Amino acid sequence: MLEQRAPIEASMPPIISEVMEVGSRVQPFSRESLAQASRIRDAQVVKSVCPYCAVGCGLNVYVKDGKVIDIEGNPDSPINHGTLCPKGAATFQYTVNPSRLTQVLYRAPYSDHWEVKSLEWAMEQIAQRVKQTREETFVERLPDGREVNHTLGIASLGGATLDVEENYVMKKLLTGGLGIVSIENQARI
Amino acid sequence: MGSNMAEAHPVAFANVVTAKERGAKVMHVDPHYSRTSALANLYVPTRAGSDIVFLGAIIRHLLETKSYFHDYVVHYTNAATLVNETYRDPEDLDGLFSGYDAATETYADQGSWDYERDADGRPLTDPTLQHPRCVFQIMRRHYARYTPEMVEQVCGVPREQWLQVAQTLIENSGRERTSAICYAVGWTQQSKGVQIIRAAAIMQLLLGNIGRPGGGIMALRGHASIQGSTDVPTLYDLLAGYMPQPSALLPQQTLDEYMATSGQKTGWWSNFPAYIRSLLQAWYGEAANEEDGNCSYRWLAKTVGDHSHLVTSYAMLDGKVKGYLLFGQNPAAGSTNSRMQRKALEQLDWMVVRDLYEVESAAFWYKQPGFGPETEPVDSSKIKTEIFLMPAAASTEKEGSFTNTQRLLQWRDKAVDPPGDARSDLWFVYHLGKRLKELYAGSTAPKDRPLQALTWDYDREEPEPGSRIDDEPDIMLVLKEINGYYVLPPAQADTGDGTQRVYTLRDAPHVPGFTALKNDGSTACGSWIYSGVYPEPGNNRAASRNTSDGYTFLQWGFSWPANRRILYNRASADPQGRPWSERKKYVWWDEEQKKWMGYDVPDFPLNKTPDYTPQPGATGMDALAGSDPFIMKPDGKGWLFAPKGIVDGPLPTHYEAAESPVQNALYHQQSNPAAKYFRNRADNRLAAAGDPAYPIVITTYRLTEHHVSGPMTRWMPWLNALQPALFAEISPELAAERKIKHGEWLIISTPRGEIEARAMVTRRMRPLRIAGQVVHQIGLPFHWGFQGKSTGSITNDLAHMVLEPNVSIEEAKAFTCNVRPGHIP
Repeated sequence: MLEQRAPIEASMPPIISEVMEVGSRVQPFSRESLAQASRIRDAQVVKSVCPYCAVGCGLNVYVKDGKVIDIEGNPDSPINHGTLCPKGAATFQYTVNPSRLTQVLYRAPYSDHWEVKSLEWAMEQIAQRVKQTREETFVERLPDGREVNHTLGIASLGGATLDVEENYVMKKLLTGGLGIVSIENQARI
Repeated sequence: MGSNMAEAHPVAFANVVTAKERGAKVMHVDPHYSRTSALANLYVPTRAGSDIVFLGAIIRHLLETKSYFHDYVVHYTNAATLVNETYRDPEDLDGLFSGYDAATETYADQGSWDYERDADGRPLTDPTLQHPRCVFQIMRRHYARYTPEMVEQVCGVPREQWLQVAQTLIENSGRERTSAICYAVGWTQQSKGVQIIRAAAIMQLLLGNIGRPGGGIMALRGHASIQGSTDVPTLYDLLAGYMPQPSALLPQQTLDEYMATSGQKTGWWSNFPAYIRSLLQAWYGEAANEEDGNCSYRWLAKTVGDHSHLVTSYAMLDGKVKGYLLFGQNPAAGSTNSRMQRKALEQLDWMVVRDLYEVESAAFWYKQPGFGPETEPVDSSKIKTEIFLMPAAASTEKEGSFTNTQRLLQWRDKAVDPPGDARSDLWFVYHLGKRLKELYAGSTAPKDRPLQALTWDYDREEPEPGSRIDDEPDIMLVLKEINGYYVLPPAQADTGDGTQRVYTLRDAPHVPGFTALKNDGSTACGSWIYSGVYPEPGNNRAASRNTSDGYTFLQWGFSWPANRRILYNRASADPQGRPWSERKKYVWWDEEQKKWMGYDVPDFPLNKTPDYTPQPGATGMDALAGSDPFIMKPDGKGWLFAPKGIVDGPLPTHYEAAESPVQNALYHQQSNPAAKYFRNRADNRLAAAGDPAYPIVITTYRLTEHHVSGPMTRWMPWLNALQPALFAEISPELAAERKIKHGEWLIISTPRGEIEARAMVTRRMRPLRIAGQVVHQIGLPFHWGFQGKSTGSITNDLAHMVLEPNVSIEEAKAFTCNVRPGHIP
């Protein structure tokens, strides 16, 4: 095109030919535009498993700058081949959510409000409560002499959403160590 | 059946759709028409609670038309075994089995259900299946009245439809083809739930589908690691690997007594002593050697009855439970009779709630449900419960394993730290244990020795790289303990001064699997069924992500036991060890290599020949023949008739649900005689059978877009946008009768309480004709509560607390209600 115009251009002052060239050039790109890519490019990919039903779909968790930016299905998993149902696909919003608890909240007896407390304080108080209630309710033997070594004054509920390893230490400490009998979770078997 | 797989397990259902595209026949038998029904070849509407009649009629049909898989049944089941002559059937006792004690409402004496045995205690058999007391003939008599006509009358299913289901199963079972059953909570949450599943097991054994590819029974469980939480387990009545929690009601005061009453002399469970001894070693270390394990065994808490969640809730309501620890469960909305649950929480002295959000169970002291999606305040000044609400880490913020519904362990890597003061539950339990050990360190009381002796060192050697949390425990040490390790390795040089080195968790060699476990204190193992998951340092098989191993994917994750994918897969070959057909070959005997091989890890001793015959008086696995696939049973057979192990009868029997609009058409015994009714509890009022005040059957279920009572979904706009509100599905016929309009409010009421929902008037719910009368059914999801960004009435406020007697599960799938338009005044 420029060659065709050359004879005309050759006869014009340089400033006009420069102005005429602007319209014929490809639009310039900004540096930001050139750098555009999927936001998960260069993210670290961490392999995980969906926390919802029990099918166990594989997840790819994308992490950048120490934050989770996206969660999608893992294409390598023979269970889900990268697909996810609505819940699994929403795992990002389950874990990255402004309503999540990030501090310990404490409600005193008969109180009408929450108080923010430190982890250290809460752990100490909880340990004291467990010990005190265990002391008050532990039974070594039934009246007829049968040994039971248990307390029915403390109960625990939950576990089906937790790791295998967490379930293990829960039963070990609560029943094996403290003698709590009513350890239960969502399952019935 | 008993499952809405497309909506509750959508990605798994993709496999069903793929199979259907290849010609498989998909049938859905369910009270309400759902996405599963829409994708099935055949949808059969049925009455909630009538499953045993439907399945029992198929069992009868198989027996009477001789459509069962003869060779499989004769060799692999107890069809030929004789039952002793004192056994009486519901056909004799109008709905009861022999041994029933009306005063306690239990089968206190189950001796009459036992086999007939010879002088050496071995069961007698009749391989011709003719003897009137052989299991085969007993079943024929038991199911004689479970006819197609009975199916029409009790289930409301036209006999042609029922026959189509039966015929399809028959045509797709046998040597060349297999059929699979998938079930979920539609079957389990009934006062006879265990028996319903038993009926399916009998059917599948008769069809020869158990232990074969494309066959079997798939339990579709409902939480990410609920399988793990029963394997390991956080349950009151079990120790790891399905060993029972010791009970003070049985002669189990010593370790020897416990082993004698819990183990078995024949079959795989004869290895029981090695597993309990190794568990004690894992928990108590050195102290587990005292008195050959008996000292530490006696420390184990003994049960004195039913300490399940729901029964414990009553104890809580009565002021007997002072402290409560909630780990990611929400009984205030998720448990049956949830209004009573919330009242129970008010009686506690203290509770710890660990969750990602402020769930209903943490907010009951200042909020309660109001009209529709609204909430009302509560007078906090009357509630003494002290509450510690601890922020928990999400599954992406901690590493660890989940066990899925196929017994598959899959490892999750950690992506980021949990925010703020949120911590993993591993961190919480570990540090709570450390603090308690410190508090009890100086005690000399015998009751405190178990805590003092408890092995409890999971500190990291190095801080976790990239984490700001410097005291997160080392989960790999926990996994190693679960896998098992050698306390005294079998072959080791002694230390030079004649003593043997004793290892502890940190420096011990790993055991390769549960066959290495011993009953002499030389091995430790946290859960024998998981042994082999971490067989050596650096080899975490749960984190194995290799897909090269054919269609069984043996290198993706680790399944128990020993990475077997289909249990009892010996049954995929005939008694001679040859596949039943080329098309369905899976595991077979290789005569040259003298071992079992195939596409899966054989669920059988690798070198036991198919023609091995046990000697009289043989024990352990030697007592089972080379053609006995069901190795966990003392006789190696699949049990059609269950002589023991089930508390409400050796054969599934139809009873009506605890609340039903009709009388039991089969027996005068209306509902399960052994269920737990809690009749004397004022908060558990039940409608009588046929009560005109509550004539409508109600069932509850899940939606795809929400999860259980909502703590994991109703805080999320993406999912709330898809399913914004609670609704009740009712048929156009019922809507017209009650003048309820689609989209408008209706009130659902039961003797426990009332809730409101929006009406979804739909042909997905069909009225059924039961014994000549029209019976209406309605259905509701149970996902809503008063917390989160989408709120609504709590469906579980309607349900009652009648418990199935084997596992204490509630009956939320079939009870009765009434409906009317409008708002609660």
